[in-house]
Amino acid sequence: MKAHYGYKDGSGDYFIIIDTDKCNGCQKCVEVCPYGVLEIIEDEFDIEGGSMAAVTEEHRKKIKYSCGPCKPITGERKLPCVLACEAKAIIHSW
Amino acid sequence: MSDNPEEFWRWREYRHTTPDMDWHNAKMITAGVDIGSVGSKAAVMLDGELYAYSAMRTGGVSEETAIKAMNWAIEETGLKTENINYVVGTGYGRVNVPFAKRTITEIACHARGAHYIYGPTVRTVLDIGGQDCKAIRCDEKGKVMSFLMNDKCAAGTGRGLEVFADLIRTPIEELGKTSLNVENEPQPVSNTCVIFAKAESVALLRQGWQKEKVSAAYHLAMVNRIIDLLTKVGIEKDFVVTGGVAKNPGIITRLERNLGIKPLEPKLDPILAGAIGSALFAKALYEKELGLR
Repeated sequence: MKAHYGYKDGSGDYFIIIDTDKCNGCQKCVEVCPYGVLEIIEDEFDIEGGSMAAVTEEHRKKIKYSCGPCKPITGERKLPCVLACEAKAIIHSW
Repeated sequence: MSDNPEEFWRWREYRHTTPDMDWHNAKMITAGVDIGSVGSKAAVMLDGELYAYSAMRTGGVSEETAIKAMNWAIEETGLKTENINYVVGTGYGRVNVPFAKRTITEIACHARGAHYIYGPTVRTVLDIGGQDCKAIRCDEKGKVMSFLMNDKCAAGTGRGLEVFADLIRTPIEELGKTSLNVENEPQPVSNTCVIFAKAESVALLRQGWQKEKVSAAYHLAMVNRIIDLLTKVGIEKDFVVTGGVAKNPGIITRLERNLGIKPLEPKLDPILAGAIGSALFAKALYEKELGLR
């Protein structure tokens, strides 16, 4: 499942997309995120359960700002969460 | 102060029992309670078939609303909460359903519920709720493949329509129909914020626009916003709309017109999708508990 966390507002689209079929719940993205945007949650979508990465409730409505420091306007962009994810389960829409 | 105390936003609360069904013969009685931001729904199923349900406004205390909605659904059936084998809570207030054994996110429940209401051909579910809007892609089993939820602003939601109904003094249940009484579609109002949209609507009314025309502009703004959201997850046939706003023909007709895809006609009230979905999850969970799956 591709879980889109984030929002669209007057200034643009801001979504972090987590592919829960790829995510193995290893927690590396949670550890490297300097701003505590990500967390590991119980899978509430399936009765089988399991764990998966998600954007915290606190950051869901402000990820444009929370993720801002990791997105320089010039120079190379290295997103710690995306780089840390071996399963390549995380995509940023902006 | 208003000289007319009518509440134009108020929609009909109701309950229903399916005739010719008897819970005494059921092997499994499961229920789902969907506590939404505006409406609360409860559904009781006998062996996976819909038996009784209710839809009412969410009150100030979610726990009380959950109990009220459940009791109302089973009223007249002779069924008691203790007779129900498994209850799943969903919706914004899902953690506040005191008698629920488990909670499941409303996204999964809406996909599952839409699958029950509209059949297994459903691939895209759009849930327009009281204060958010969700676009969900699912497979033939009703399992979520992709979802996107927009809950940062009330633009494009049911509550926005309620506010608008009050503004133009048209009952919410007629709002959509009257918005279609225009010769040409006007330019939409702003769609990024419900307050701005309302302010612009007030300005248009002052300019002398008919209220149907203003209503059309408001509905169109909502539809544009919803389509933006839908295209992000991609839209595949069959397409269905759930949630209270699915009953507004002003939205449904414009979605069809602007998307070029006709949403399926519901066999049941689409506001119940979340509650039905959670009752189906309850059945699956109960079967698991019994070791049947």
